[in-house]
Amino acid sequence: MGTPSVLWNVAKKCFTVGVISLTVSDLFASIVPVRGASMSPTFNPKTNSLLDSLSDDRVLVEKLCLRKYKFSHGDVIVFCSPDNHKEKHIKRIVGLPGDWVGTIYDVVHIPEGHCWVEGDNSASSLDSRSFGPVPLGLVKGRVTHILWPPHRVNSIERKTSRNRVSPS
Amino acid sequence: MGEWSSRVIPIVRGLCLLYVTHKYLGTTVVTYGPSMLPTLGITGNVLLMERISTRTGKLRPGDVVFFRSPENPRRVVCKRLVGMEGDQVTYVVDPKNSDKCNTIVVQKGHVWVEGDNIYNTKDSRNFGAVPYGLVEGKAFWTLLPRKDFGSLAPKPK
Repeated sequence: MGTPSVLWNVAKKCFTVGVISLTVSDLFASIVPVRGASMSPTFNPKTNSLLDSLSDDRVLVEKLCLRKYKFSHGDVIVFCSPDNHKEKHIKRIVGLPGDWVGTIYDVVHIPEGHCWVEGDNSASSLDSRSFGPVPLGLVKGRVTHILWPPHRVNSIERKTSRNRVSPS
Repeated sequence: MGEWSSRVIPIVRGLCLLYVTHKYLGTTVVTYGPSMLPTLGITGNVLLMERISTRTGKLRPGDVVFFRSPENPRRVVCKRLVGMEGDQVTYVVDPKNSDKCNTIVVQKGHVWVEGDNIYNTKDSRNFGAVPYGLVEGKAFWTLLPRKDFGSLAPKPK
């Protein structure tokens, strides 16, 4: 007799918590694990191939940058892969709209509304050098801090490579 | 303390529920511009957009879709889906000046979109195939104007 109302209350509380945390994680910030070594040594500096998921870095991704889509050179961003919208990648912005970015073979002009991303570990990174400039609409957030593991807790600095990019 | 929180929490929950519905289920959209004539008028149509087909991958050529512009991430654009990844699409390159056609295969993870009004539209013929991640939702119902109330017309021949 009392149990249905208890269950209903628990269900209501779970629903409230779920809906509010989903909104906060979409609009403000969320915590995301980093897989792979393409951003080494910034994230996941240990290069052993048996990276188990407990030792992956966990980072704080802020979503406030998505109000105006204003980014700077050196920002680390999370974006949906242009080849597969279900995958998300974490890379650093090297070029903004209007820039000219130098790759090994040629110089690429970044069109309006796009950016050029590269991983910090150039040797093993699938980035704009393979799939070209990324539309800014695919960006899902900006990484501001490493939150795990505890001995690497730190904020992420903007690292720019001035010799490769000429601004518009 | 308990009094205050028992009033604020339902309000916060209601607002968050509105946001979750808008972002994951669907919402109302106002369109404007000539690129989808005659299907959509120049001065504002009010359409219902749903996001479930996008999430479950149930979009098909012929659907009217909304997507973030590849040229300006702050703008959401409305066009008709013409080709999914792997499809072969034949299009007229510059309808005002010539009849020259081009055929391409839509690359992986992308979709090809075109406005119904091919004489006055900026679409995939200008900015290329659009990554699927930019697609926001599918229009499935017209609310205004009243004469167009109902599901949207298929692509004009």
